[in-house]
Amino acid sequence: MPWIEADESVPLTLSVNGVSHHLDVDARVTLLDALREHLQLTGTKKGCDHGQCGACTVLVNGRRINSCLSLAVMHRADEITTIEGLGTPDALHPLQAAFVETDGFQCGYCTSGQICSAIGMLDEWRAGWPSHAGAGAGPARTIDAAEIRERMSGNLCRCAAYPRIVEAITRYAAGEGAEA
Amino acid sequence: MIAFDYIRPGDAAEALQAAAERPGARFIAGGTNLLDLMKLGIERPRHLVDIGGLDLRTVSETPDGGLRIGALVSNAELAAHPLVRDRYPVLSQAILAGASGQLRNKATTGGNLLQRTRCYYFYDPASPCNKREPGSGCAALGGFNRIMAILGTSAHCIASHPSDMAVAMRALDARVETRLPEGTTGDRKLDTLYRLPGTTPHIEHTLAPGELITAVLLPPPVPGRHHYRKVRDRASYAFALVSVAAVVAVEDGRITQAALAFGGIGTMPWRDRAAEELLVGATPGQDLFERCADAVLARAQGHGGNDFKIPLLRRTLVACLTDLTEDAR
Ligand SMILES: Cc1cc2nc3c(=O)[nH]c(=O)nc-3n(C[C@H](O)[C@H](O)[C@H](O)COP(=O)(O)OP(=O)(O)OC[C@H]3O[C@@H](n4cnc5c(N)ncnc54)[C@H](O)[C@@H]3O)c2cc1C
Ligand code: FES
Ligand code: FES
Repeated sequence: MPWIEADESVPLTLSVNGVSHHLDVDARVTLLDALREHLQLTGTKKGCDHGQCGACTVLVNGRRINSCLSLAVMHRADEITTIEGLGTPDALHPLQAAFVETDGFQCGYCTSGQICSAIGMLDEWRAGWPSHAGAGAGPARTIDAAEIRERMSGNLCRCAAYPRIVEAITRYAAGEGAEA
Repeated sequence: MIAFDYIRPGDAAEALQAAAERPGARFIAGGTNLLDLMKLGIERPRHLVDIGGLDLRTVSETPDGGLRIGALVSNAELAAHPLVRDRYPVLSQAILAGASGQLRNKATTGGNLLQRTRCYYFYDPASPCNKREPGSGCAALGGFNRIMAILGTSAHCIASHPSDMAVAMRALDARVETRLPEGTTGDRKLDTLYRLPGTTPHIEHTLAPGELITAVLLPPPVPGRHHYRKVRDRASYAFALVSVAAVVAVEDGRITQAALAFGGIGTMPWRDRAAEELLVGATPGQDLFERCADAVLARAQGHGGNDFKIPLLRRTLVACLTDLTEDAR
């Protein structure tokens, strides 16, 4: 691939929630802005735009990242999953349902980031990735609150719904959804 | 963010050629530090070489029994790698004590080493900062300097180095493997990757323009217990106020091996070999650990807001050494 000059736009195909989208964007457009402003997938939120709050969390090839600190052009070969790809209002993802059941939010601004992050986090847990809380946790069917808090620390909630967020994730993890 | 030309080469040779072609070009790996700073106009590269497509994502054993870590291995993968957890646990612990799950998935080994300071004045284009704008002055010296360094500072800059990973790598005697535009390779100790601020705080490392980090090399593991202890303002997702990476072995009541490195206190990931030598051969105990802290802190200088780091580092080091040697005494 040759240089794309600063005054040229970049033709680009992004695969989001299983659908390929063709875009023509400035190279400066972040993955977050591509999703929200160009593809109208506004479920992913912008809180800080600097990697500090987690509202923009999406899954890239199954791994959670902050979409605000990544350029759209860096994701041509990737499979991106946003909150819109996890469930719909008529068919909630079981983790979304758990958030509703436990009141895992107040304003809801951080929620899509919390949910995408928790999906990625539980995959990491199942893969046996360690954390600062346990520093050496292995695969397990259940995860405790201390582990959830540490592993979810990249998702801030301005309404401080933390106790219910932890409860929602705990319920979902204990249920069959987490074993899928 | 200013506009930039962009290229995503398929291999290292192409990346080196691209960077050499356009002077001032910068590599972008995870982007979690560079993009943050570009959005604020603090970093203003005109040419970006995206190295995300390069084949530098493997961790492998070296013939001498050490470890070769590709520059693009993510911080998360590295911390979870079985060989790292088993043989170099201090490295896994240090990485897991930093940033967040999302950031560690994106952040890379090379990018982590070269991340820039979190000094508030460096981050604020309205303030003077010799690192951001050489010759403009240092607002941290007379300003809020709670997070700044107490060692390795100069009259021109007191910004601390923020990496946790690099602190553990210094304790482990890591080396940095590079490739240069001319096609040659470089190999240097991590100790010599960083530069003290002196009169040129904007020059932070010894890499040549266009020099690409390809891997970090760890020597074979040394026997001993490992521990990374980090003190910060909240329990998770915060940079270190002070941190200690320690690998210590005790045999027959005497310390036989000690490697100590420090985060949060230095203008670069800090190591003090004189303090280590003091430990080797001696019987572990409070007195000895206090003398070790004296040695580390001999030249420490507070700037008002960060004076507390001097006693905090002392206590953290003594606690860490006590933990590591307790049942061996
Ligand atoms: C909110 C927040 C909290 C954080 N908390 C912590 C923390 O607690 N502890 C901690 O240690 N870190 C923390 N970080 C920093 C994080 O670890 C770094 O941003 C990350 O490691 C940088 O890696 P990257 O691959 O994204 O680098 P990039 O942003 O891609 O690059 C950083 C620099 O390295 C250069 N570079 C990258 N790769 C190479 C290469 N192979 N060869 C030559 N040059 C290269 C780039 O040109 C650039 O100058 C935090 C970051 C954020 C945003
Ligand atoms: S918007 Fe990306 S982390 Fe806050
Ligand atoms: S519910 Fe309001 S920010 Fe979390």
